Amino acid sequence: MGPQHPSTHGVLRVKLKLDGERVIGSECIIGYLHRGVEKIAENRTYQQFAPYVDRMDYVAAVSSGLGYCEAVEKLLLVEAPPRARVIRTILTELQRIASHLLWLGTHALDIGALTPLFYCFREREEILKIFEKYCGARLTTHAFRIGGLQYEAYDTFEKDVERFCKDFESRIAEYETLLTNNRIWIGRTRGVGILTAADAIAFGVTGPVLRASGVKWDIRKAAPYAAYDQYKFEIPVGTTGDTYDRYLVRMEEMRQSRLICLQAIENIPSGPILGKVGKVLKPPPGEVYHAIEAPKGEIGYYIVSDGTVMPYRVHIRPPSFINLQAFDRMVRGHLVADVVAIIGTIDIVLGEVDR
Amino acid sequence: MAEEPKEPKPPQVPTGDKPASSAAPVSAPPAKSADASAPAAPPKAAAPAPPKPPVVLQTPLDNEFVTRVRVKFGAALLEAIQDRKQAILLVDRSRLAEIALHLRDEEKFDMLADLTAVDWPKREKRFDVVLNLYSFAKNERLMVKVHAADAEEVPSVVSVWPTGNWQEREVFDMFGIVFSGHPDLKRILLPDEWQGYPLRKDYDILQQDTAWVRENLGIESGQ
Repeated sequence: MGPQHPSTHGVLRVKLKLDGERVIGSECIIGYLHRGVEKIAENRTYQQFAPYVDRMDYVAAVSSGLGYCEAVEKLLLVEAPPRARVIRTILTELQRIASHLLWLGTHALDIGALTPLFYCFREREEILKIFEKYCGARLTTHAFRIGGLQYEAYDTFEKDVERFCKDFESRIAEYETLLTNNRIWIGRTRGVGILTAADAIAFGVTGPVLRASGVKWDIRKAAPYAAYDQYKFEIPVGTTGDTYDRYLVRMEEMRQSRLICLQAIENIPSGPILGKVGKVLKPPPGEVYHAIEAPKGEIGYYIVSDGTVMPYRVHIRPPSFINLQAFDRMVRGHLVADVVAIIGTIDIVLGEVDR
Repeated sequence: MAEEPKEPKPPQVPTGDKPASSAAPVSAPPAKSADASAPAAPPKAAAPAPPKPPVVLQTPLDNEFVTRVRVKFGAALLEAIQDRKQAILLVDRSRLAEIALHLRDEEKFDMLADLTAVDWPKREKRFDVVLNLYSFAKNERLMVKVHAADAEEVPSVVSVWPTGNWQEREVFDMFGIVFSGHPDLKRILLPDEWQGYPLRKDYDILQQDTAWVRENLGIESGQ
């Protein structure tokens, strides 16, 4: 199956071993989009590399950018000012909603429900418009800078976010009327691609996939970054770890992200948006591993500095790559028709898998 | 001290029986000159002396956990340091699998978050293989490192954390480090027939396997 297949969300090739219609083994062939991002990093300055991380998970560029900026800040021993942290939180949560919306639309489309795609893209468009107004770009935003933000929030930023959040509540309900109790949807997702909690941890799976397996773990709570320690939100978890649970978890996560945005815009502290960082960044020698909760799971940056302006080594731990590894465990015993459902439910972006 | 020279890092304080220092940076003999153009990165809230002393961020780590590991593995624990509040253990390469199993079962580091490598070509043992572990029970992270020379094999941790499978394949793909005991060690991101290991420091950024590109894509490299 693949590499060119509409349901693989990019160029993924899956070798399937079948017994009739049943899958008894699988192997993912990846690397078609490999661009050598980590090698590029060693030949760019810290600031020059920042836009490259947006091009890994190109549907959640804000989250990748936040992880990178925070990792370099940790290496430099600086912190972003409070105002920057709150704006970062708002944009990252909007990005989470946008990423989940894209996932929901395409996942439902793979399984045969055409309508949700149009609904999801309608709301996603509103988020992208906010990004566009904020920084001029819709997908590869490069919204943040090391040490804080480049741009002040525009005049009607809070109002736009608030309006989106107000509308969005009824919109989620709308998606749910289409799917949650839909007999076909339940039939195609319940009991499909079960991943137990023990397996999920053993395979290093993170994000909504891990939580749907019943592990209540979210880096926003476990090791709060940006401004997450200031807001109240719940971590939704599933019970059986099947495709239906992962659907429910992501739906609830969108609701929680909406609540975080609403709390955050109430009180955005005033003050500077960029911390004390120079034009030339020379982090003291050493290394950091910094991870944040991206929409798809833990995105980690391992950066080694040798005291020069260019990183000595950057390694990116992409959630899609690690989560995809559990695919084989999830797909065995299922029908060929379920393969696309399982690929969709992991929520991968091949740009991030291959880097 | 069974230690390899660690060239680009500032002098390390031996991990002997010195008391654990707090996270506050300790000043030490200058390792690098204070660069005037360097950004003024204030190290926490320390008093800013006019000529800023070079900051040594790697301090020896000595806590109960390190003591437990040292008691259990003795000389196999080569070094324990702390860098920017992260615990880093340097262990004996040949005993990595055993130590990994112990860390998973006894110390509850149940997730291997990340496995990667760093190339220091000037060092006698040029590679660092770096494991980033996470413990759900303790909500702690731990970095475990081993050193490996060019042709030396590193014990695979796939049997301890299955997630290591693809990550070790990626390290093999990019650095050419062989993991002994890996179930299916082959390239993962690059084509199987590709020659060379791109993330080694002696592999130039413009370098390519030109023969492969010509044969399989029908174009000249860089076209």
